Amino acid sequence: MPKITIDGATIEVEKGTTVIQAAEKLGIEIPRYCYHPGLSIVGVCRICLVEIERMPKLQVACYTPVTDGMVVHTNNAKVLEARRAVLEFLLINHPLDCPVCDQAGECWLQNFYMQHGLYDSKMYEDKVKKHKAMPIGPNVILDSERCILCSRCVRFCDEISKTHELGIFNRGDHAELLPYPGRELDNKYSGNTVDICPVGALTDRDFRFRTRVWYLSETKSICPGCSNGCNIYVHHNDKRPYKAGGIRISRLKPRYNAEVNQWWMCDEGRYGFDYVDAGNRIVTPLKKETGWFSELSWEDAATSIAKRIKEIIETHGTKAVGVMLSPQMTNEGLYAAMRFFHEMLNLENINFELPPLEKGYEDDFLIKADKNPNTTGAKEIVPTMMRKKTMTIEQMIDAAAAKNLRALYICHHDLEKGIALSKIESAFAHLELIVFQGTNSNSTSALAHYVLPSATFVEMDGTFTNFARRVQKINRAVPPLGESKPDWMIFRNLAKKLGKSMPYFEAEDVFAALSSQLSSFSGLTYQAIGDQGVVLNGYKVESEKAAEARVT
Amino acid sequence: MPEKIISKFFDIPNSHTVEVYEQHGGYQTIRRVLKEMTPDQVTQEVIKSNLRGLGGAGFPTGRKWSFIPKDNPKPKYLVVNADESEPGTFKDRYVIDHYTHGLLEGIMIAAYAIGAHKAFIYIRGEYVRQAERLVEQIKAARKKGYLGKKIFGSDYELEVVVHRGAGAYICGEETALLESLEGKKGWPRMKPPFPAIEGAFRCPTIVNNVETIAYVPTIIERGGEWFAKLGTERNGGVRFFSVSGHVKKPGVYELPMGTPLREIIFEHAGGMKNGAKLKAVVPGGSSAPILTADEIDVKMDFDSLAAIGSMLGSAGVIVMDETTCIVRALYVVTRFYHHESCGQCTPCREGTGWADKILHRILEGRGRPEDVDNLVTIANNIFGNTICPLGDAAAWPIQSYVKKFRDEFEYHCRERKCNIH
Repeated sequence: MPKITIDGATIEVEKGTTVIQAAEKLGIEIPRYCYHPGLSIVGVCRICLVEIERMPKLQVACYTPVTDGMVVHTNNAKVLEARRAVLEFLLINHPLDCPVCDQAGECWLQNFYMQHGLYDSKMYEDKVKKHKAMPIGPNVILDSERCILCSRCVRFCDEISKTHELGIFNRGDHAELLPYPGRELDNKYSGNTVDICPVGALTDRDFRFRTRVWYLSETKSICPGCSNGCNIYVHHNDKRPYKAGGIRISRLKPRYNAEVNQWWMCDEGRYGFDYVDAGNRIVTPLKKETGWFSELSWEDAATSIAKRIKEIIETHGTKAVGVMLSPQMTNEGLYAAMRFFHEMLNLENINFELPPLEKGYEDDFLIKADKNPNTTGAKEIVPTMMRKKTMTIEQMIDAAAAKNLRALYICHHDLEKGIALSKIESAFAHLELIVFQGTNSNSTSALAHYVLPSATFVEMDGTFTNFARRVQKINRAVPPLGESKPDWMIFRNLAKKLGKSMPYFEAEDVFAALSSQLSSFSGLTYQAIGDQGVVLNGYKVESEKAAEARVT
Repeated sequence: MPEKIISKFFDIPNSHTVEVYEQHGGYQTIRRVLKEMTPDQVTQEVIKSNLRGLGGAGFPTGRKWSFIPKDNPKPKYLVVNADESEPGTFKDRYVIDHYTHGLLEGIMIAAYAIGAHKAFIYIRGEYVRQAERLVEQIKAARKKGYLGKKIFGSDYELEVVVHRGAGAYICGEETALLESLEGKKGWPRMKPPFPAIEGAFRCPTIVNNVETIAYVPTIIERGGEWFAKLGTERNGGVRFFSVSGHVKKPGVYELPMGTPLREIIFEHAGGMKNGAKLKAVVPGGSSAPILTADEIDVKMDFDSLAAIGSMLGSAGVIVMDETTCIVRALYVVTRFYHHESCGQCTPCREGTGWADKILHRILEGRGRPEDVDNLVTIANNIFGNTICPLGDAAAWPIQSYVKKFRDEFEYHCRERKCNIH
């Protein structure tokens, strides 16, 4: 393996490692614009020029492979001057838009200018004019004057989304990033171009002028949009909530996870968080009386629901109550539900799966057809704790219609998506008790007798298990809206009303109980899951398999 | 007068046809090569000739050919660079026009030497007549069995394809040329890999200038040593000098490597027009660092010019007399490189435009004293920091014009007017 010395520090690296990668391993950051570890290397921005001994010219660190004995300088006078010069070149035609540019505060031109520029302008000429504020697709807006032509977005569309919408047109300082004639930047992953744009050329139409980025807080989370479980950051506006018209979540950004989503996420997930602060959020417990919902306290709701369930069980037996759990729920929510409904109430008709009428879109990259974040978790927890076959959700509807079920407890489902509404309505007409627990109202909640408000994924801690059996952690970014609560807490409170104890105070307590009870989760803790998740035992990712194959 | 090798065909009527070319001994060498020589022997002969890349870079041609990997199973390609675009250079046009089959014979020999069965001629879009002539003469050669399968009755097979460019200077840079040939935007590639390892369509490729290839038949016919002796040490043979500007007889002159610049201007090109005084000469195409009138005793070969800080390049000799405003001359050159910068990498894209604007402002009488140093700083910051040599090509004129004629630039900025006009 070749050895390289960078700024006096020596490291041995794998053959094929580039100078910029070796420097990163040594904790030396070489500035970069066009280089992105997820894209091909083009070496066009020239900001990563470094001096390599015995080479007459400065070399780009991103493209130059390490050779044995290489000695590199990343901060001597010659390199600093070249870096300053490249910055100056990048800025001579860059518009002074910072005060109105969404990128300000997270702009690599600003950042590197503060670190490596700090010169007085010598530019007295007119700047080159290009297209400004040009919507180039449903999600992205382009300002060509701000573009530094690093071609990251072009390469993303060529290499990652493979949709080839973008190109660089014209020559010299009139070169301009644009969609190809007649094309739009309209693909399932277009939002990533905004993330990788190091400047304010590509910005989010959704986020446009919403918040200055320095007012944002960041919380690590998992996208709940499908079973892939892309790692994300939730950016929320805590510092100036009054500026955002009640919208607390400003944007979602992908978070690097080599095994799950690398640097990327899909647009469906990225822009699919509107429901969190939408008008149809359920914010208090509700009870239907004479056809209308009225608010009631958690105390009253829990007391009356617990009482009604108990009465129905006493009158009609445990088989008369059906429970529809959901793969939208966290492992903690599902576990607490199983403890409550199955272990404490001995209910047997518990299921969570409802195949959608319309199959979800999927591709061979990130997007999965299963639009639930925790189907694998539900499959792991529910049948294991049930230990026997149970009714499907469709069968529960039929059983309700046949008056074999007297009560239904529905978590998070929008049943209309899997079953015709007319069928649901006629079946529900016979039920004595319908409880709906969820985040937003829908046609199912409208039919319920009691409606309980659940917290969304940004409002609670918990875990999801993705399609590849990776358990990943979501974290509370903002407080639950109104009086909504995490699902596990709702079940804990209901249990208490029936004189049963679930001594959980935090989601972590639920998870600890879950991992001590279910063998597949055994030994797992929040600490072990960490930021990157852990694969449930019995499952190995491809790289682990390959590593094992090498050992044996 | 030195012996004319290619240029003797310039005076022969219809020298571009197969018939006339053959009447003057054409297509004998390739016949002999296919019968008697191995590809390696051809390459060795070219190495001996000290033939160097006449497009401008001056890389030894035979050595370049020897870089083609022997064990690579991919097809090999020969690409002839006919994108003659360096201002002040117009030799390849004459070669294509009058020595058409000589060029084709050179292509056959070179392709045979590197094991290529397909050759491309990438010709600049503006050379419409030359492209048509090439297509027509390739057809004629094919009809005679000189191209296609089993050429000259041998087992060797070769097709030649003419590909027209769309009018970009940058496509004369060999890797931008290859991108353009592949149907992409003409953006130079990062090197390595060099084209000999991974060139056209990711296959081993040799890119040679028209004139370079055109000398190959004569070199093989009369021997590498004979050719080498015509020139100076390590600068084999003869080459074309395109002389333009304030001389009595502008034109192309085929002269030995190392001919003194003074002799080219004052003997071959007939001396200064209207008896004016020589002020400056650009010796190797517009990108070459400028020489003052005191420096014209230099020998015109790659090494001698490099030794005095200039370059032979494409041997486009641009002669300027005392009526020339050096600031305006630099503006014209800089505007060209600004216009032709491909825009891929930062220093060249931004620096050429900036320098162009500053020079324009100076010429409009709005110069500032700090402009002169700033121009040099811009050039220094472009120089050596770009993907391809266009950045250097844009920087050299700025650096050298200011260095050698600084007082003129200072006069323009100080007095806000021209010292000549």
